[in-house]
Amino acid sequence: MDSVRSDTAPVPQALKILVAGGFGAGKTTLVGAVSEIAPLRTEEVLTTAGVGTDDTTGVATKTTTTVAMDFGRITINPSLVLYLFGTPGQNRFWFLWDELATGALGAVVLADTRRLADSFAAIDYFEQRNTPFVIAVNCFDNDQRYTVEQVREALDVDGHVPVLLTDARDRMSVKNVLITLVEHVLTMVRSSVPA
Amino acid sequence: MSTDPLDGVEEGPAWWDHEAGPVVRPYMVTGGRVRPVTVDFDLITFLVATATLAADTPSPEHQAILALTQEPRAVAEVASRVDLPLGVVRVLLCDLLSDGLIARYDPPPTDHLPNVETLQAVIHGLRAL
Ligand SMILES: Nc1nc2c(ncn2[C@@H]2O[C@H](COP(=O)(O)OP(=O)(O)OP(=O)(O)O)[C@@H](O)[C@H]2O)c(=O)[nH]1
Ligand SMILES: [Mg+2]
Repeated sequence: MDSVRSDTAPVPQALKILVAGGFGAGKTTLVGAVSEIAPLRTEEVLTTAGVGTDDTTGVATKTTTTVAMDFGRITINPSLVLYLFGTPGQNRFWFLWDELATGALGAVVLADTRRLADSFAAIDYFEQRNTPFVIAVNCFDNDQRYTVEQVREALDVDGHVPVLLTDARDRMSVKNVLITLVEHVLTMVRSSVPA
Repeated sequence: MSTDPLDGVEEGPAWWDHEAGPVVRPYMVTGGRVRPVTVDFDLITFLVATATLAADTPSPEHQAILALTQEPRAVAEVASRVDLPLGVVRVLLCDLLSDGLIARYDPPPTDHLPNVETLQAVIHGLRAL
């Protein structure tokens, strides 16, 4: 079919990186620090039977709820665009994570040193899916209460998973996190290629 | 420990009445359809309008999508900019697709990580940021 739109820019290849972590861990901040567009949000409206919301009557109630996903964009070059998606913080939206994680290049798990356990769920999730991930330790209180090794031990992650300290507000710091993630993926891809 | 009944309401499930407006209206747009029948669109599927604005485009929402996709845009970006939930946008995209008004460009199959060259290009691009 002949195109009437020869003026259109070529369609780039899109890649997806997820940014996960507990409630308030800095996901939106991290996306905003490196995105070339102000972080956008997209919403999904869910209709669910109100399981457990009205046990006394036993009447199934239908409820709708919206869940927001933040995202940002980094144009690598004219034919390659990276999208960063912040996952919804609440655990009850796990099934949305599946959509987000499908086809993802990898994930950044933000760990907040004040609440390390909040990142367990995300770590388990990516481990089970075999999604490559790095752990970015968000140092809210700049007195660095933990070393990388202490955090690694506390989170009990595999030795090959990169763990690094970060400041989600700082562009260079976040850039470094993303580079570490993609290098980690590269290592995995290389080692899985049959000789 | 506080037992304030309002604890957590602000951050809790948004299924109270004040949400009903924006929740109901989008489904009017799609005539009550909640999911595309034929094809699904990944969040990073790119869309490009194959026509400029058609006078007989079904609705203002379809028009808005065509206007946005005069240059390539990902599904997530379209949904965000037209300010409609993803599920709704996917239905509208199916309409536009079946009317031949839009083209879709899907990301590579999801069971493979990108190749070495692509990953190196990403690292290079990030360093240059
Ligand atoms: N000191 C410090 N504050 C941060 C950092 N990252 C985020 N914050 C602050 O922490 C708060 C929460 O950050 P968000 O980016 O909204 O966290 P989030 O993970 O998106 O939160 P939810 O989406 O609600 O789960 C904001 O007030 C940020 O300004 C950081 O690295 N250091
Ligand atoms: Mg957020």
